[in-house]
Amino acid sequence: MTVLSVRNLNIDLPSGDGHVHAARDVSFDVEAEELFGIAGESGSGKSVLSQAIMGLLPGAIISGEILFEGRNLLDLPPREMQRLRGNRIAMISQDPLSSLHPFYTVGAQITEAIRTHRKVSEAEALQEAIDILERVGIHDPDKRVRDYPHQFSGGMRQRVMIAMAIVLRPALLIADEPTTALDVTVQAQIISLLNQMRRELGTAIIMVTHDLELLSSIADHAMVMYAGNRMELGPGEAVLTAPAHPYTLGLLRSSPSHESRGALPSIPGQPPSLLIEQKACAFAPRCAAAMDICRQERAPLRNFADGTRSLCWLEDKASNTAAAVPAIPEEPPVVAQSSDIVVKVSDVRLTYGGRSLFGKSINLEVLKGVSLELPRGKTLGIVGESGCGKSTLARIIAGLLPPTSGDVIIEGQSVLGLDRRDWVEMRKRVQMVFQDPFGSLNPRRRVGSIIGDPFRIQKVAHGAARKNKVRELMEIVGLNPEHYNRFPSEFSGGQRQRIGIARALALNPSIIIFDEPVSALDVSIQAQILNLIARLQRELGLSYLFISHDLAVVRHVSSEILVMKAGQVVERGETETLYHHPQHPYTRELLAAADPHYRKSGGGFADPQSSGAMP
Amino acid sequence: MIRFIASRIGFAALVLIMLSGFVFTLFFVAPGDPARIVAGERATEAQVAQVRENLGLDRPIIEQYFSFVGRSLSGDLGYSYRNQQPVLELIKNRMPATISLCVGAVILWLLMGIPIGIMSARRPGSLVDRLGQGFVLIGVSFPSFVLGMAALYFLYFVPRQAGFTLFPPGGFRPFLPNPGLWAWHLMLPWFTLALTSAAIYARLTRGQLLEVLGEDYIRTARAKGLSERKVVYKHGVRSIFSPLTTQLGADIAALLGGALVTEQVFGLQGIGSLAVQSVQTQDRPVIIGVVMLAGFFIVIANLIVDFLYILLDPRIRT
Ligand SMILES: Nc1ncnc2c1ncn2[C@@H]1O[C@H](COP(=O)(O)OP(=O)(O)OP(=O)(O)O)[C@@H](O)[C@H]1O
Ligand code: SF4
Ligand SMILES: [Mg+2]
Repeated sequence: MTVLSVRNLNIDLPSGDGHVHAARDVSFDVEAEELFGIAGESGSGKSVLSQAIMGLLPGAIISGEILFEGRNLLDLPPREMQRLRGNRIAMISQDPLSSLHPFYTVGAQITEAIRTHRKVSEAEALQEAIDILERVGIHDPDKRVRDYPHQFSGGMRQRVMIAMAIVLRPALLIADEPTTALDVTVQAQIISLLNQMRRELGTAIIMVTHDLELLSSIADHAMVMYAGNRMELGPGEAVLTAPAHPYTLGLLRSSPSHESRGALPSIPGQPPSLLIEQKACAFAPRCAAAMDICRQERAPLRNFADGTRSLCWLEDKASNTAAAVPAIPEEPPVVAQSSDIVVKVSDVRLTYGGRSLFGKSINLEVLKGVSLELPRGKTLGIVGESGCGKSTLARIIAGLLPPTSGDVIIEGQSVLGLDRRDWVEMRKRVQMVFQDPFGSLNPRRRVGSIIGDPFRIQKVAHGAARKNKVRELMEIVGLNPEHYNRFPSEFSGGQRQRIGIARALALNPSIIIFDEPVSALDVSIQAQILNLIARLQRELGLSYLFISHDLAVVRHVSSEILVMKAGQVVERGETETLYHHPQHPYTRELLAAADPHYRKSGGGFADPQSSGAMP
Repeated sequence: MIRFIASRIGFAALVLIMLSGFVFTLFFVAPGDPARIVAGERATEAQVAQVRENLGLDRPIIEQYFSFVGRSLSGDLGYSYRNQQPVLELIKNRMPATISLCVGAVILWLLMGIPIGIMSARRPGSLVDRLGQGFVLIGVSFPSFVLGMAALYFLYFVPRQAGFTLFPPGGFRPFLPNPGLWAWHLMLPWFTLALTSAAIYARLTRGQLLEVLGEDYIRTARAKGLSERKVVYKHGVRSIFSPLTTQLGADIAALLGGALVTEQVFGLQGIGSLAVQSVQTQDRPVIIGVVMLAGFFIVIANLIVDFLYILLDPRIRT
């Protein structure tokens, strides 16, 4: 049975600069009980599309049809639509941390959803809330209903969101990137929870994500969007293993898959502005297979035998066409100049001590004796879930935080007990690049002066000389030096990360610590940045500490990997050895979480509540 | 949380101690000999000395300070130099006018500012919003005494010329036995004092609410199928209480300043006008009493705001 049928949907969003064409002639069907995946780079219109289905785009100009259980939602009076929302169609949004109201208890928020659509007493609704929380795997639900969202972890909040969305047993559930903000292990649990829901309740799920590997393992049908266009649609397997559209192929190739090493084939360039009405193939400027006709006329719809449909001039599937596959130059392996150790960390511990109100002393052990060595010119990857102490370790190595005990030796010199001059000198040699490319840049300052900061702080190079150096740096990291006077907001996520890297390179460091440098980026942009990082290492002979929760990314760049859990190193080893012969159960769990085949079977995770029937 | 409360109370006490020290020092470093002022221009040296002894002004400063603090704590704020009335008595007599003025004005500005802000934020760019924005512009562009003068002119003087009394020109009537009369007399002062703040609160409410309405949890509320009214009032407005409370705490000192001006304009016999008179006549015990009282009031009000803040935000509470 078809639950949702979207026909020739066009969405225009009025904005200060003109109309944003966020969806162009998009059609698809979603069947009961199926998982329908929507993928695409950031800004491709995925969220706008899901909000349009929910009727949550008040100012938008929408044409076409959205048929839900036979009725066109676009024609429904607002009251009727309101009655469907939360009841027959529910939504889980991207960020569980900000999607629950901070001032109401979890119980109150769930009962509110129930009582909006059903005439039941407060007590009955609360009992239902408790039951549903239990179903989604919250322990002691009868106590937890009285807690506020901030008392739950990210993964648990997402479970609460799911509970709230499914408590009324909707026919359609739209999950807009339900796991992007979560750790891999938690991600896997949430996915298996959603999978279980649809089997037991018959709910159709639309899952929006930019994680193609995830989709390839769970989606029945997949749709790939680019600049508001439906580029490809078809059975999940087919789309994600034998893509018909060059864009899908590009996306797939730029995810740091488990097989590839060396440079990632990224899609060059940026998505187009949606303010301009496209007259030709929107992907043409970035497409390796583009032909003249692609730039002149809109692409036709191609149907393939396996049920995939692709909006492209190519007559055959891109995955079968050699031209669509840009040649990837095999990079020479990184050669270490010598075997000297540039960073040596021995038995570093960090304890936050303190006293509670009643004089009990509380000790929080963040690092419980970590040792590591980084050889010159190499990359040491550090993986582990959030809260395991990765970032704290990075800050200690960078000399920003003194450890409680232990020692950090950088190029033969201990960073502890340095006097101010030596410390400043040492800080030049060790630089950090952070996760959030937006948060770490001051929005009101011009990019040129942001990159020039290190020169200013360390008082080297002035005036025109400084400006020239900055321009040089911008060129090295692949930014247009013409953009010297722009503000950070005028750059995309990937470009902002380049700014961060340029700033780190300014003082010719020998060691760079990357703390989740690509987690906030799309796969295609991610690949560009990873390639840049690798190129800089080869050209400048840098040594890297590379921190991430994503094992696939770490594996891609590192020669050696360290797995951390709860402030301790649980396993270390050569990348390939560790990857193929993991010893510690936690490493295996991480691997499983990052591997689509494990996810597909839905097994292998410690999820105490995942068995048992749905109500 | 208990720690937070304790630290706030401790801080409040510290502020009061510093204030008392400051006021007391002011009393001593200020030019002019208090004893001579009390004794009068034509008093002999012996008389002045007698007065000085009577007032305890010949004893060591530290001793004077502690006796001053001790007496203040027991409610004895000394006697006015001018008419020898107890300061506390003077202040008590003036209290009803000032309290009526301030409390009424705060209620009025909240009742005007918050709804205007909410209506603006619900439909940004609409006619309602533009009217609201116009109100904000007028409110923040004119200082309250200008507004007061204008109100007096148009709502008292002009009708008077035309031969009827729309509003009285000022003066204070006690709440009992006739609350109607009380409110009628206070109407112009209330508006004068409240209008600027109402504009500021309308702007603050609009800005905060617009920001909150863009939050993810508001989208969640809509996605649940709540009516737009519930979304705005139950989920949106609930979130702006905390910033409004903080702002209110910060505005209390300014409120007293505004009350001083308003009392002058409308001839209200309140604490503000008492302060002005006592400064003119150099009646130091009265000045000290008023300043201490105002300080005490501000500190307590801020303490209440802090507690409210804890009550409002479960993230601090738990
Ligand atoms: N309310 C709005 N008004 C105007 N433009 C908007 C609005 N919301 C989104 N857009 C624009 O519509 C386009 C599509 O945005 P959308 O949020 O759907 O992207 P997305 O595919 O979900 O990206 P992401 O992966 O980052 O979540 C973007 O160019 C965005 O700037
Ligand atoms: S139509 Fe042409 S440019 Fe567009 S994706 Fe196909 S081959 Fe590339
Ligand atoms: Mg999105």
